[in-house]
Amino acid sequence: MTTTDATTETTPTPGTQPRRSLRLGIAGPVGTGKSSTIASLCRALAQEFRIGVITNDIYTDEDARFLRAEGVLPGDRIRAVETGACPHTAIRDDVTMNLLAVEDLERDFDPLDIVMVESGGDNLTATFAPSLVDAQLFVLDVAGGGDVARKGGPGIGRADLLVINKVDLAEHVDVDVEQMLADASEAREGRAVIGVSRKRPETVQALAQWVRELHTEFLGGGHTPQDPGPMAPHFHADESDEGGFFHSHDENDTDHGH
Amino acid sequence: MPALSSPSSAAPARTAALLLLGDGRLPAGGYAHSAGLEQAIARGWVRDAPSLAEFLRGRIHTTGLVSASFAAAAQHRTAAALKSGDLESLGSALAELDRELVARTPSPSLRRIARDLGRMLLRAMRSISPAQQPVLDAAGPVLQQPIAYGTVAAALGLEARDAAGLLLYETAATPAVAAVKLMSIDPFATHRCLAELAPELDELAERATAFAGAEARDLPAHAAPLSDIAAELHTNHDQRLFAS
Ligand SMILES: Nc1nc2c(ncn2[C@@H]2O[C@H](COP(=O)(O)OP(=O)(O)OP(=O)(O)O)[C@@H](O)[C@H]2O)c(=O)[nH]1
Ligand SMILES: [Mg+2]
Repeated sequence: MTTTDATTETTPTPGTQPRRSLRLGIAGPVGTGKSSTIASLCRALAQEFRIGVITNDIYTDEDARFLRAEGVLPGDRIRAVETGACPHTAIRDDVTMNLLAVEDLERDFDPLDIVMVESGGDNLTATFAPSLVDAQLFVLDVAGGGDVARKGGPGIGRADLLVINKVDLAEHVDVDVEQMLADASEAREGRAVIGVSRKRPETVQALAQWVRELHTEFLGGGHTPQDPGPMAPHFHADESDEGGFFHSHDENDTDHGH
Repeated sequence: MPALSSPSSAAPARTAALLLLGDGRLPAGGYAHSAGLEQAIARGWVRDAPSLAEFLRGRIHTTGLVSASFAAAAQHRTAAALKSGDLESLGSALAELDRELVARTPSPSLRRIARDLGRMLLRAMRSISPAQQPVLDAAGPVLQQPIAYGTVAAALGLEARDAAGLLLYETAATPAVAAVKLMSIDPFATHRCLAELAPELDELAERATAFAGAEARDLPAHAAPLSDIAAELHTNHDQRLFAS
């Protein structure tokens, strides 16, 4: 069994400990399809797994309402956490709100197999802390441009799975999906990448299969949470006449927008 | 460096632990709250630096003093339990304080928010300070935030005065820091408000500390009715940036 900070220290009374679910984070920029990905996964997996969902929103609970309206899970297994103005803080610097929400859901609907946590849409640098989730997906979409995958960053480079979503739109936005997937694989040094469209059932099936295998690995104790880490040093083009510069950020510095 | 001749020995022995607990970056969920300021701005009660200063002053003399007194009382009871080695009765002593504080909080939203923040602090401290597990277990997982702070302060070896000072600063700093995200205000101006309140915060912390050993029913009960109303309005406010 995977142990993280979160499992080893939950509340007392042995014997009443709820099942520790596979906690799966879903991050990515605004509007790339995080909620839709969760809805698709719930539809594909709800017969096999007992699933719970935590959404994070800047303003109120819109994502939770969307997922409830989709009818993919009993409504009370979808809970919203309000993250104030700081969605990235809630998944990395200060995970306590989300961690308690996950633990509460596991207790209230025991036994759950999988709890998915949707991050509020943020910039490319936002990733989950390993004390909150066991594994994380990072969701990009083709509409954001074919270059995004190459730009890298911790989520693109080192999330457990990179989803390139809305591949059905590729021809409308002049993106070569095969090239984008290849660029992503390269940026990720071979870590998993899947192109997905909710209009193409076989892609949703591939995504669901990835989660199934992860769950099997998690149960077998073969999965160790990987931290994509803070931002790596990276290159800014066009910000100086010299044609860009390298810099890095420390962990307290995730606020700035690029 | 010249030899330092320490002018006084009154410096607190646990400065670093106090700073750890008082740091706004402590990962205990507080960043999502404005302590009523968002609604006060939405209603037009706060619109600039002078009205922000008034809001903060009103808050520290009412909610602040009450919260700080309960924090001091919780510290006192927890420290006594730790000292005697008898953690058994701590839970009921804190539960009594909790009931008294709840009775002083008319707004259901404020009661829920303080309970959630208290839970988060206790949960976070379990991971941050595993050595304090026994006293945290004895305190229980759910306490109103000021009481949770008092208990955690004692667990870290801090005094009642530390707990009271912490709560008072928190009472003012949470909305002050949120202000820059909610209105057009210079961040230096928000911190100027805090700096100008410093003497009053210290004076109130002294007053609160005097209640550390008092019977729970004798703790202060100052009310802030507009804060209660604002909290209720905020719960139904559709497009809010902060949870409270
Ligand atoms: N064409 C197409 N549109 C999609 C697909 N997946 C999602 N969308 C659309 O993309 C938009 C955003 O989807 P969401 O799932 O809400 O995205 P999100 O990442 O959760 O958004 P935020 O939570 O606001 O950051 C919606 O209009 C979806 O209908 C897809 O596979 N193909
Ligand atoms: Mg969403």
